[in-house]
Amino acid sequence: MAWHIIALQQLINGLALGSVYALIALGYTMVYGIIRLINFAHGDIYMLGAYFGFYAITMLKLPLVPAMIVSMAAAAVVGVLLERIAYKPLRNSSRIAVLITAIGASLLLQSTAQLVFGASFKPFPQAMAFRRIQLGPVFMTNRQLLIFGVAVLLMVILHVIVQYTKLGKAMRAVSMDKEAALLMGINVDRIISATFAIGSALAAAAGILVGMYYNRIDPYMGMMPGLKAFVAAVLGGIGVVPGAVLGGLLMGVAENMVVTLGSSTLRDAVAFAILIVVLLFRPNGLLGKKGIEKV
Amino acid sequence: MATTAELMVDNLCVQFGGLKAVDQVCFSLKPQTLAGLIGPNGAGKTTVFNALTGLCPVSSGQISFCEKQLTNEPPHTIARHGIARTFQNIRLFNNLTVLDNLRIAYHQNRQYSLLCGIFRSPRFKREEAQITAKAREALDLVGLADKSEHIAGSLPYGEQRRVEIARALMLSPKLLLLDEPAAGMNPQETQTLLELIRKLRDELKITVLLIEHDMKLVMNLCEELFVLDYGHLIAKGDPKSIQSNERVVEAYLGGSWA
Amino acid sequence: MNKLTSLISGAILLFIYLLVQLLERQGILLAYHVQILSLCCINIILVVSLNLINGFTGQFSIGHAGFFAIGAYASAYLTVTWQVPFIFAIICGGILAGIAGLAVGLPALRLRGDYLAIATLGFGEIIRVIILNTDAVGGARGFSGIPKYTTFGLAYLTAIITVVVIRNFVNSDYGRACLAVREDEIAAESLGVNSTYFKVLAFTIGAFFAGAAGTLFSHYLQYMAPTPSQIGFVKSIDILIMLVLGGLGSITGSVIAAIVLTVIPELLRGFAEYRMIIYPILLILVMLYRPSGLLAGQEFSLASLAQLFKGAKAHGNHS
Ligand SMILES: Nc1ncnc2c1ncn2[C@@H]1O[C@H](COP(=O)(O)OP(=O)(O)O)[C@@H](O)[C@H]1O
Ligand SMILES: [Mg+2]
Repeated sequence: MAWHIIALQQLINGLALGSVYALIALGYTMVYGIIRLINFAHGDIYMLGAYFGFYAITMLKLPLVPAMIVSMAAAAVVGVLLERIAYKPLRNSSRIAVLITAIGASLLLQSTAQLVFGASFKPFPQAMAFRRIQLGPVFMTNRQLLIFGVAVLLMVILHVIVQYTKLGKAMRAVSMDKEAALLMGINVDRIISATFAIGSALAAAAGILVGMYYNRIDPYMGMMPGLKAFVAAVLGGIGVVPGAVLGGLLMGVAENMVVTLGSSTLRDAVAFAILIVVLLFRPNGLLGKKGIEKV
Repeated sequence: MATTAELMVDNLCVQFGGLKAVDQVCFSLKPQTLAGLIGPNGAGKTTVFNALTGLCPVSSGQISFCEKQLTNEPPHTIARHGIARTFQNIRLFNNLTVLDNLRIAYHQNRQYSLLCGIFRSPRFKREEAQITAKAREALDLVGLADKSEHIAGSLPYGEQRRVEIARALMLSPKLLLLDEPAAGMNPQETQTLLELIRKLRDELKITVLLIEHDMKLVMNLCEELFVLDYGHLIAKGDPKSIQSNERVVEAYLGGSWA
Repeated sequence: MNKLTSLISGAILLFIYLLVQLLERQGILLAYHVQILSLCCINIILVVSLNLINGFTGQFSIGHAGFFAIGAYASAYLTVTWQVPFIFAIICGGILAGIAGLAVGLPALRLRGDYLAIATLGFGEIIRVIILNTDAVGGARGFSGIPKYTTFGLAYLTAIITVVVIRNFVNSDYGRACLAVREDEIAAESLGVNSTYFKVLAFTIGAFFAGAAGTLFSHYLQYMAPTPSQIGFVKSIDILIMLVLGGLGSITGSVIAAIVLTVIPELLRGFAEYRMIIYPILLILVMLYRPSGLLAGQEFSLASLAQLFKGAKAHGNHS
């Protein structure tokens, strides 16, 4: 095959993977935008979402779409509880204390999952037969199409919520100025909870999609995609919702390109190399605004 | 006059986005003056201090001190040239003792090397003893000799302000910038502060530029005043002439004068 | 008083060493026990050196395993391929890691708090992936056949040197400058402290000792695997947990936490799964109720113990 066809094929693969990163990155970015916290446990919520989906399909015998909704709801509850129990009491503590708590929460979710669901991987039930869709010289699998479609649909829904609903307006207000929002009579605690709920639900959806894509789930599956999605959020400009989408897609494509060019073990280094370059040369990300620090 | 200016500020501009916080400000200070920078809230006084100490970028204009260009030098370089400051919202090292707060400020005069420190050489011990003695001296000067072992953040407000002044003195500065040193003090404390500042100038032979809203303090203490309003320098002169200056009175009545 | 306490401390440290030697010779301590003790020493080096970066200078680094890995692999490469003397390998491992620390410290100038944390984490992973792809050090198979040069005595001595050097550093003007950067960077700068320089210095020194710890480690186990738990972020987070539980900014806390958290898992081997549940819960509880760690910036020393006996109020000697 000519190299440009390979590149095109990897672009398609990258967009599918990237849309998953984008879904996870949205949660990071929304939470960061509102309480300036890197929710380290976000990747683990994505993992839990995959497990919830798994059990909804295998035990509750639900079809894919209802299973996804159940899993998203359950993950939202976990996200809200996490915020209430672990993060809320620390709202006025040092950033380092909060960050350590987030790392602790991540480890806790991981090891609890390992204990409850078992350490070994589970094959994810397939909701549809595998098919290739030929697009000229390149192809797309129906799973990739599903991932991409569901991701886009969820992003559109999120966009509508953030831009056009009362909740969305309140979220934007809180992220701009928490004190002012409080004075305007916005229930900041509720908005923060809602943000965690929405972010967690998106991550859960991503978990199910990836479970289907790779056909397996395990308790540690959240670690790497979680970190990479965080990098995607930083790349796009953390706190900026469209930035997360852009960052996620770029990350997915970059990763697949590197796999084409060289060894697949280098793939995990790509994300971090991107991160360090971005932080050095464009610390506010591609779409981020410059922050000011008052003396 | 015989003595030339020590600090020269020429056409200083500081811009934050579209806001010109300081606009074409020119002034100079002669050695050992007690000067005041006054003006309504938000006039840009603190920003002038930040520009002088390298804490915010100068958009245009020049700052020179003892005939050296200091425009846009990093803060620690400016400190080395002999400009020390306090902050409007006190910035002590809250978790450290008062003594350590002061000893840190001797940093630029420390002579011993890293290896001397790691091996605790005699030189290290000798110099550390000197640093501690110097810190106690400075604390004595501001009347806090008995507070050296207290955690800085636990002191009452007025004492924290004095610790901050003592800490600035550890730099052996030629110019001391005080940002609202009397804020939050009662009349009694303010009076002590006034005497302290005068003593510092007289005994240590340093120049003092202070931002203050307490007009009684300013008029009693300062020999020269600069008035800022919306980033512009609208008047300068001795306290008497400032008090009767029409533009100043107008700014005061129109602005949010505290 | 000062001379006396250091003399007594020295005597106690020597006594512990001789005791271990004696018990080992008598067959009371098995090779397995001595290995745990040596691991304690290596972990002390790691935690205390991380404390310099995180606890004393306030730069939140979670990529310490990266420096550890550089020391471990570089020194092993030197001893295996070029048969260099071990002491030389330790120093080289330390210096190479120190150079990496310099390289990480430089970006640290521009990054703060959580951004720096993620960047250091990323740095650690990049190191691991590079090792994974370097055939000269075994690549994904791991690096085996490393000579066993590390003894308990050497690990013990290195740990003592690390603690003393970092304690003296922290109690000098250099360390005070680091504390100032941690407490308030703007105030520190306005007092003439070049914050950039001290961040890089802390990273470099911290990395140097982490590299030395890596050297000791690879020449003890004689095998290195490029896994997250041995040289990746799981390892970094392990070190971080010890640091936080012992207390950011407390050297004594780091030492105690390193020992306790190395020994306990060995005692509770059957409960390995629960360990990973208990640790994070502990971590969260400590952050909620005692965010400065269990020892909270306090230092424990013979001098303070003596003062305690005298009825005087004992307090930390650095803060
Ligand atoms: N870092 C900053 N970024 C943006 N605007 C600032 C910053 N610092 C000060 N300002 C603005 O500059 C103006 C002057 O502020 P300041 O110098 O603090 O006033 P003063 O000390 O005279 O009360 C104010 O409008 C303030 O909001
Ligand atoms: Mg001000």
